[in-house]
Amino acid sequence: MHFSGLRVVKEALTGHRGWKPLWRNPDPKPDYDIVIVGGGGHGLATAYYLAKTFGKTRVAVLEKGWLGSGNIGRNTTIIRSNYLLPGNEPFYEFSMKLWEGLEQDLNFNAMVSQRGIINLFHTDAQRDAFRRRGNAMLLAGADARLLDQNALRQILPYLNYDNARFPIKGGLMQPRGGTARHDGVAWGYARGADLRGVDLIQNCEVTGFRIENGAIRGVETARGFIGAKTVGVAVAGNSGRVMAMAGQRLPIESHVLQAFVTEGLKPLIDTVITFGAGHFYVSQSDKGGLVFGGDIDGYNSYAQRGNLPVVEDVAEGGMALMPMIGRARLLRSWGGVMDMSMDGSPIIDRTGIAGLYVNGGWCYGGFKATPASGYAFAHLLATDRPHATATAYRLDRFARGFVIDEKGVGAHPNLH
Amino acid sequence: MLIPHPLLGPRDAQEFTYLGDARLLDRPAPDTPDAEAAFCAYVYLRDNPAGVHRELWYHEQGDRSWLVVTRDTLTHEILGAELAAGIVSARPETAV
Repeated sequence: MHFSGLRVVKEALTGHRGWKPLWRNPDPKPDYDIVIVGGGGHGLATAYYLAKTFGKTRVAVLEKGWLGSGNIGRNTTIIRSNYLLPGNEPFYEFSMKLWEGLEQDLNFNAMVSQRGIINLFHTDAQRDAFRRRGNAMLLAGADARLLDQNALRQILPYLNYDNARFPIKGGLMQPRGGTARHDGVAWGYARGADLRGVDLIQNCEVTGFRIENGAIRGVETARGFIGAKTVGVAVAGNSGRVMAMAGQRLPIESHVLQAFVTEGLKPLIDTVITFGAGHFYVSQSDKGGLVFGGDIDGYNSYAQRGNLPVVEDVAEGGMALMPMIGRARLLRSWGGVMDMSMDGSPIIDRTGIAGLYVNGGWCYGGFKATPASGYAFAHLLATDRPHATATAYRLDRFARGFVIDEKGVGAHPNLH
Repeated sequence: MLIPHPLLGPRDAQEFTYLGDARLLDRPAPDTPDAEAAFCAYVYLRDNPAGVHRELWYHEQGDRSWLVVTRDTLTHEILGAELAAGIVSARPETAV
């Protein structure tokens, strides 16, 4: 079923009786060439690129709940490639380029909106750091513009520039950054993978790994044993507990991150803004709600809900940045489980077990990475070699001393 | 969250800073042949359980004591708290 404007008109004239479910709901086969654990954004993107780019179609995605029921269904939808370090920036720029062609590629409306992202700075030192980051972005083929306060006032007149403690001196803008419809991304990848023959198996929790002589043979699931000589794990916040079933300890702690949305307001914020003095980021959805968030709560959690002190902290950040936000009423808040790694950067790598691969440690930046993460993980699963942009995301980088620590805070997952 | 401080009674978790898994108390011996691997695991690897977790909280805005708090990571329920210094000093290798 091909989506197009013509199709919409035709269905409107014929009573919308021609729409079909976006994917099949198959029973698991006894074995596959490749099994992907986790039917979220990264797992579905991996399956899509395995089928499309690498020609692998005897592939299954195993999801314990429904497709897209984890962090891909509960994030603040920001896409960007404004990183500093050489291990990160080429990868995220590769992701940004995939975002730019995603909807045509998938024939699915993921509402990719390149409305720009602006990181504010508040001191001269922070301006220097942002100038350096902007140059690193340009060197990696991304786009960046340093805005002074006057230029910023033209774009965002409603910010509190004269805050006595955190005056806003300017911002680093990435015009190609923006937002995307998070569920649409998962659904688009799921449909694309299904159309190419991948089995998407829901309500199929993996309960163990079958490992013989140091090599993976398959996975035990709630729906029986499924054989596979190649298994990729992409389970975000549950990386630690899933890999523990394979006897692996990861450099990851699971933490809770909260996010918030207000009631619908008239068009107000036509970009993405991040407050550089605290930790606060805000954009406006197409329905009008202000979507915003801040820091993680800071303690290990699988609860998918946070506590009030962080709600207060995020609200204070919002009030310091743009005082008028205090007049908006909060519609809802939610929490997701983040796989916080020891250096704040992800892992896409082999494990100590032949045929078992892991994709995790995305901290709270996994959404923007979805296309490149899927592509790079598919590359690794199909060829056993890392993709050119993901060579730094090794599991053993901590032992070798090659950490990718954007914030420079060391092995403290709750500070990244 | 309220943390039941063994000396001060229930205190708001906001008075504390969080460090992580209480196994950080078990610093490896530096003079063994596998010390490098042991230290790498000590610094970087975590069990990260979903359920009961023993973890270090520092009463920074209080009496500056380190506590070992037992907490359920699925529900945030706090099951107990004890002084880290008491745990360490009770070990045979630290007895004088």
